[in-house]
Amino acid sequence: MKKATAKSLRAFAIELAIYAVFVTAYFFLVLHLLGEWLYHLEAQHRYTYAVVALLLIAGQAVVLDAVTALLFRFLRSRVR
Amino acid sequence: MFFPISNTHIDPIYLAVVGFLIGILGGFFGVGGSFIAGPALRLMGMDWNYAVGTDLAHIVGKSIVAARQHRTLGNVDLKLGFFMAFGTIGGAECGAQLIQVLKRAGNVNTVVSWVAIVVYFSIAVFMLWESQKTLRSGKERLPSKHLKDDHSAFGPVTQKIQRLRIWPMISLPTSGIQEISLWTILLVAFVGGFFSGFLGGGAGYIRMPSMVYVLGIPTHLAVGTDLFEIVISASYGTFTHAVKGNVDILIALVMHTGAVIGAQIGVVATQYFAGPKIRLAFVPLPLLGAAIVVYTLVTGHKL
Repeated sequence: MKKATAKSLRAFAIELAIYAVFVTAYFFLVLHLLGEWLYHLEAQHRYTYAVVALLLIAGQAVVLDAVTALLFRFLRSRVR
Repeated sequence: MFFPISNTHIDPIYLAVVGFLIGILGGFFGVGGSFIAGPALRLMGMDWNYAVGTDLAHIVGKSIVAARQHRTLGNVDLKLGFFMAFGTIGGAECGAQLIQVLKRAGNVNTVVSWVAIVVYFSIAVFMLWESQKTLRSGKERLPSKHLKDDHSAFGPVTQKIQRLRIWPMISLPTSGIQEISLWTILLVAFVGGFFSGFLGGGAGYIRMPSMVYVLGIPTHLAVGTDLFEIVISASYGTFTHAVKGNVDILIALVMHTGAVIGAQIGVVATQYFAGPKIRLAFVPLPLLGAAIVVYTLVTGHKL
């Protein structure tokens, strides 16, 4: 039981490290590529901005969830 | 880092860590975590109207993931969620309109701060009283296979509310409720939606306890259904606040990256705790949010 918990924790720590690298790269990509465009959109086209904001956050949720689930599955199979 | 939409300087690591902590809370308690997220953004010098709108946007993403995971675990009553959506949307719009009125009057920060303190403190005190009373009754000593069995010290009041016969009456078989007035459900949803639009987040801190104590929904189902409801209320709230110029989506996107991983931990953790213990563990969180708001109100500046 303790061994299984230790393995899960190890897998989780590795996942967290890989995820952190992905997220850091993603941060800068999104902030640099979309920052300026979103700023102007918010100032000039509020309704479009509202729709884009919802699509961005929902899209990011689905993609990141898929990435974390994939990472978890991959790492657990490797740890076993 | 400078975020031009809200004209704020915030460290993205701080945002990701706050998101991570809120993700755990969301997965575990079924709440959006706005009682932490709103004050945490306020602590960085963001105006309340932006803190409310941005928090709503970040919560949309987080709740989509957590609600999907709870649906897989069978913790969502879709029929209840559908009816509640109507009251939630109406309430969210009223809350957002009130924010606009206060913004125009120039006292949005003071009024929202005081309301937040009162609401967060009241919730913590009530849940402490109820969960302690329930745990003391000794009924919670169930074998591990009955972790999902649930009861509440507020049970007699809940039964009286369920007996109110105001047409139309509906049944909620998934939640084990034979008959309840649709108006009771809509009222609970409206109040939740109002606080979502006014204080930000999904208002799970109001809706989740209301579902357990007023509607009599088992805690595990209330957690999952509340998350489903948060997706609806926060999406609507994000849209209406973005149109009103209160959403910095870049900040929301950064916060959400941390929340994704936190939510996974929170959802798994619900499988190891019984209902009253989940509610007892919830108590310090609104108090922490209230303490941060008191700090920003007293000092009048960010950290």
